[in-house]
Amino acid sequence: MEILTNLINGMSLGSVYAIIALGYTMVYGIAKMLNFAHGDVIMVGAYICFCAISYLGLPAIAAVLLAVVGCTVLGIVVERLAYKPLRDAPSLNVLITAIGVSYFLQNAALIIMGSDPKSFSSIISLPALRLFDGKLVISATTVLTIVACVVVMVALTFFTTKTKMGKAMRACSEDRGAATLMGINVNSTISMVFAIGSGLAAIAGVLLCSAYPTLMPTTGSMPGIKAFTAAVLGGIGSIPGAALGGVLLGIIEIFARAYIGTQIADAVVFAVLIVMLLIRPAGLLGKDIHEKV
Amino acid sequence: MSKFSDFAKARREGTKMVPVPSVSIMPERDLGKAPALECLHLGIDFGGLKAVDDFNITVGKTEICGLIGPNGAGKTTVFNLLTKVYTPTRGTIMVDGHDTAGMGPARVNQLGVARTFQNIRLFNSLTVEENVQIGLHNRIRCGMVPGILRLPRYWKSEREFHEQALELLDFFGMADLAGHEAGSLPYGAQRRLEIVRALATGPKLLLLDEPAAGMNPSETAELMENIVKIRDQFQIAIMLIEHDMSLVMNICEGICVLNFGKIIAKGTPEEIQANPQVIEAYLGSGAQGGAGAPKGGEAA
Amino acid sequence: MKKISKTTWSTISTYALVIVAFIAVQVLSGAGLISHSLQGQLVPICAYVCLAVSLNLVVGISGELSLGHAGFMSVGAFTGVIVAACLARAGVEAEVLIFAVSAVVGAVVAGVIGLIVGIPVMRLRGDYLAIVTLAFGEIIKNLLNIIYIGVDDAGLHFSMRDSASLGMEQGTIIINGPKGAVGIDKISTFVMGIVLVLITVAVVLNLVHSRSGRAIMAVRDNRIAAESVGINVTKYRLMAFAVASALAGAAGVLYAMNYSTIIPSQFDFNQSILILVYVVLGGMGNVRGSIIAAAFLTVLPELLRPINDYRMLLYAVVLILVMVVPHLKVYQRFVDMIRVRVLKRSAASEGAAAAEGGASHE
Repeated sequence: MEILTNLINGMSLGSVYAIIALGYTMVYGIAKMLNFAHGDVIMVGAYICFCAISYLGLPAIAAVLLAVVGCTVLGIVVERLAYKPLRDAPSLNVLITAIGVSYFLQNAALIIMGSDPKSFSSIISLPALRLFDGKLVISATTVLTIVACVVVMVALTFFTTKTKMGKAMRACSEDRGAATLMGINVNSTISMVFAIGSGLAAIAGVLLCSAYPTLMPTTGSMPGIKAFTAAVLGGIGSIPGAALGGVLLGIIEIFARAYIGTQIADAVVFAVLIVMLLIRPAGLLGKDIHEKV
Repeated sequence: MSKFSDFAKARREGTKMVPVPSVSIMPERDLGKAPALECLHLGIDFGGLKAVDDFNITVGKTEICGLIGPNGAGKTTVFNLLTKVYTPTRGTIMVDGHDTAGMGPARVNQLGVARTFQNIRLFNSLTVEENVQIGLHNRIRCGMVPGILRLPRYWKSEREFHEQALELLDFFGMADLAGHEAGSLPYGAQRRLEIVRALATGPKLLLLDEPAAGMNPSETAELMENIVKIRDQFQIAIMLIEHDMSLVMNICEGICVLNFGKIIAKGTPEEIQANPQVIEAYLGSGAQGGAGAPKGGEAA
Repeated sequence: MKKISKTTWSTISTYALVIVAFIAVQVLSGAGLISHSLQGQLVPICAYVCLAVSLNLVVGISGELSLGHAGFMSVGAFTGVIVAACLARAGVEAEVLIFAVSAVVGAVVAGVIGLIVGIPVMRLRGDYLAIVTLAFGEIIKNLLNIIYIGVDDAGLHFSMRDSASLGMEQGTIIINGPKGAVGIDKISTFVMGIVLVLITVAVVLNLVHSRSGRAIMAVRDNRIAAESVGINVTKYRLMAFAVASALAGAAGVLYAMNYSTIIPSQFDFNQSILILVYVVLGGMGNVRGSIIAAAFLTVLPELLRPINDYRMLLYAVVLILVMVVPHLKVYQRFVDMIRVRVLKRSAASEGAAAAEGGASHE
């Protein structure tokens, strides 16, 4: 039973990572940049939700929607102001800009919300699920997180394969120049990707803080890094890869915490990543692209 | 061109290609020496597609050999196999009598295979001289520690690097460009620099991938002269891929024609020009001569 | 010949920059013009300069994105602390000697760890390499979190559980798990810092202008071409990585010896990123740029202290603007305008009619 509990908890944490990793992987796929500020968008989403409930007294659903809208707008604004001028700049300059944005968001949150951790009361008030005569208790948050991840995955897969905008996105990530020649508006497509990624980050933020209810300006950075790791593990640029990598990483992390030790759980997670990458250098579902000679 | 045709004719008259059992042909002067290159049943598959299959060739110690064929025939793939950029699926490559099985590109170069690239690959942010010095890397030794501590060994090696690089550049009339950034050179000079860099590694076999691509007739003529000059001066074998048939027919002693990854003909330029299979490969069946056929141009 | 003099000039100016900065600081602090808080920043500035210069060897010269430099810094820092504690216990009193030995040992250990980490890492490329260096940095940090080391008359004691299981009666605990290294003798001085900066700069510049350095840059510029001329790509990528790790280790020792306590979580991903920012801001492969950027950006938060609450926010804004502004169309047009003006003026000042005519034809 203990193993099963850990497995389910791992899947739940992994689902959060997966949702965040989707944002990383989509942005990487299309803009070829590592958006290190993505983790902080999670934090912003969680704060918006927190404020909406505590100060405005909105119902949970409305608060989540507000967080999604807020983060989507934030994603588009950040992309327009900070990343768009750097479209043709070396990738490291874009990386540094993303780090600048990350610092900015963290410190803005610090000034506005203060450094003391806010306790995020779970917005999910459903009763926990009890199975096997109460031997296996799964909290509603856990269930909802996994469900949310599945829904997001299905929706995204549908979006990228079936809709016009989704096809444009895939075209841009394949070859931006050729996509432009085919009449695709690359700038609006990239904005779209940032919007989707940031909206997902808001959902991830709410889910994360429901499971781990302390909210600080730095809340987003570690899950952000882990989700980035998950995206790479799955093969960066690949949407199913991000989901697979996220879930795997979550399960490994929970098991490492339970059976090896809380202190070095992260070390185990990263060690697994390294071993996996040495076996499959392009990630689990990534395409290994050979340079043409 | 006419001045050059005479030169090429004289060159070819000096060479006598003789049939060798199991090898097909080789210049008479190279008989009795280990061939520079020997390929046996070389092949590579790209996911079920046999990009190169049953590739057998022998290149004499000082032979200039041409590798021709229509676009997509697998010529560059052969070069990539010879230099181990791709690992062959099957077959053997012998360089100067040594089997290269299990070696990477760097080891194969140390064994004596140097190449140029179809799309120029220079060290663009470094100077012309530094590019050549990197070619000399394995011929002048100086470890990391003497380099960092600036021991006498370092100064001695740097002097050698400088002198030998300039000597090589001078051979191609590029000494005055030594301090320029390689990426800023005009196209023709970049192609020449690639050859100089390859030569700096002290090869026994030089592979040139479309050396005349994008050159005008006078530059091509100069290149032809240079290729023969390299062979005479350094006494090495040269294998080249080229679409400019006048160049191939004029300076190559042996020619190998590739189509769909397989060798369809081997022989002297005269034999190749008369080969019906080759004409068919270039023009398709039923065609009667034409601009694209591997004719010798004015020289024939 | 022109090119050689150019490199030599840039080398000399780099050394001169460090020495002039040193003299300037000495004069200013002699005149009492340097604030107390800035005085305290002098050694960290030197440490960050060393870190930036050494990371530039990996990122700028070798062309690999490394996100785990702080990990090697921490390896050096903790090793140095242990060595210094042992030396002090053994009765060595000369601080310069303690520092020198600690720095050398710290550098060697960090270099060896860099080599061990580098062997698997160098099989990967680009962003995958970046993520693995990040992962190694985090692993090193996590491992340091569970290491307990103490020293008593019987020698060194080591544990991975807690300080109680070290089994010492009267010894001192040097490294106390997540609480880090405690009770460090603060022996780092500005002079030691400057010497370490000079050594770091010399190692990097000498390496770059040698046979090995050319090979490293060849691999960066075109890996396939480098292999084709017989360069062992893995060897030279690894060389740059290990040398940079060793230099980071030495810088870590300098940094650690400036504080009485250091904790493993100081050397996290954000620290690595901070160093990377110096390198990118200073210019890839540009040693002088790294020095200036590291020094300036370490001082900047101090200078912004009057607006304490907003200083990190402003720092972030500066960072974004420095990256974004040069790519704005408005800015580019402005620069072009200035350039044209200056050209016109210089052409006019030459007074030649031909130059005048040429400019107006344009």
